[in-house]
Amino acid sequence: MRRPQRRPAPRRRSRIPLRLWRLPGIWASHHLQGAVASLGRLMRTPLPTLMTVAVIGMALALPGGLYALTRNLSLLSTGWEQTAGLSLFLRTDMAEAQAAGLADALRARPEVAEVRLIGPDDALVELREAGAGFADAIGLLGENPLPWVLALQPTADVNAPDALERLREELAGLAEVDLARLDTQWMRRFQAVVDLIRQGVLILGAGLALAVLLVIGNTIRLEIENRRGEIEIMELVGATPAFIRRPFLYAGAWYGLLGGLAAWVLIAVGLLLLQGPVTRLAALYHAQFPLAGLGPLALLALLGGSALLGLLGSWISVNRHLAAIEPH
Amino acid sequence: MIRFEHVTKRYPESGDAIADVSFELAAGEMAFLTGHSGAGKSTLLRLIGLLERPTRGLVTVRGRNLGRLPMRRVPLHRREVGMIFQDHRLLPDRTVFDNVALPLVVSGLGHKEIGRRVRAALDQVGLLRKERSFPVTLSSGEQQRVGIARAVVGRPPLVLADEPTGNLDPDLSREIMGLFERFNQVGVTVLIASHDLALIATLPYRTFTLGAGRLTRDTGPRS
Repeated sequence: MRRPQRRPAPRRRSRIPLRLWRLPGIWASHHLQGAVASLGRLMRTPLPTLMTVAVIGMALALPGGLYALTRNLSLLSTGWEQTAGLSLFLRTDMAEAQAAGLADALRARPEVAEVRLIGPDDALVELREAGAGFADAIGLLGENPLPWVLALQPTADVNAPDALERLREELAGLAEVDLARLDTQWMRRFQAVVDLIRQGVLILGAGLALAVLLVIGNTIRLEIENRRGEIEIMELVGATPAFIRRPFLYAGAWYGLLGGLAAWVLIAVGLLLLQGPVTRLAALYHAQFPLAGLGPLALLALLGGSALLGLLGSWISVNRHLAAIEPH
Repeated sequence: MIRFEHVTKRYPESGDAIADVSFELAAGEMAFLTGHSGAGKSTLLRLIGLLERPTRGLVTVRGRNLGRLPMRRVPLHRREVGMIFQDHRLLPDRTVFDNVALPLVVSGLGHKEIGRRVRAALDQVGLLRKERSFPVTLSSGEQQRVGIARAVVGRPPLVLADEPTGNLDPDLSREIMGLFERFNQVGVTVLIASHDLALIATLPYRTFTLGAGRLTRDTGPRS
């Protein structure tokens, strides 16, 4: 068997020893160095940095604040959702026995938790007590015009809006029932308004995200212009494009992250300012309503998203403007 | 080390900067490149440092065809070629130490190694005590020595200098040339563009003369 001929060890091409096992460390230290250095550079020019961060913060605070608003509105309405029930207004020719019979039949259904029977006389009394104006009007009526009403409370598992609506439709079809009304109907309209605002937040957010992208892109472009000489010298001594690009990308990410933090502070301050009036308003309804902030998930999304926007903005800028710089 | 074969570099606005230039410089040689300003000295050095690519012909450095070198290999090539300029090209907002360290930082060397090599390079050019100074506080000769330290700190096998003594008086110029001679003695190939004929005449090195982009004279390798 012929032994393969030993080839001479390849001559090392670079005079700087590059050991493979040290590469991950070098890579990490480059990144850490780049991140810290670019933050330091931003801090060395505090006023321009602050202004850029403030612009980004305000642009992000607007959709973020609106999101916090919709979140509070949703929280407000979940309190009501639990009391959602069905009112069945029976035909006026239904007598008490028929009403009671229907109530018993309904109680037997699995989706019904409770049925309360409200007689026309009880309802009239209730109405009379509801307001001073009603008493006189009711006095003018010769006979009680109110029908028997069944107040129906569904079990918890039929509490979803769709299920409730199906139940309502079914019960409205009963011969004894004149009208079946879902108590939550107005609340669903309210929910629709909240959804509308939420959609608006998304559209506004997308528009303002684009604005943030442009602001950061332009800031990085100016930064590249300012450091043109330095970039040329780095290229001259053999810096790779990635090495030159890195601090600018970090700067963009920092701008985004700091802008996101600024937005968070702005939203928090705004909520703090609103808490007083909201507390007074809630007190008028004998209720307490502590305003909710963004919540951890939304905060994470805000900060992560803004940092990513910054990275993307500077990435676009760097790719457009760095390639044009060549050592002369 | 360096080999030019019928190299022409044409600029669209000004025509041929060098035309049909052929020569070969062996590893470990030291040579001068002279000629009037505009004769193409800088262009020739820029072709070797890959700041330009030839329009025609073949430029080979260490067996590597520079005309065909892909973009991503350019930084690695530049790390193997130390370049020195008449205007020093130092970063004004960084200390002498940081300026000299730049090629090592760019290569991703560790802190300790950088410190060691930078101080060794500064020691060679006699500026060890100025490492914390900023370039503006230095004299022109000192700034040039910082530029030289930066060029050699990565221990490149080839050093190019474009008018390194252009702004210096004769004594300082001789001192700078002495530095290059010392690098050459430890095996570094050195090519210096200069129009200081008086100084070159006192030194026993090979000299290329460029005239209007063409190689008009080559004294040949030193025997």
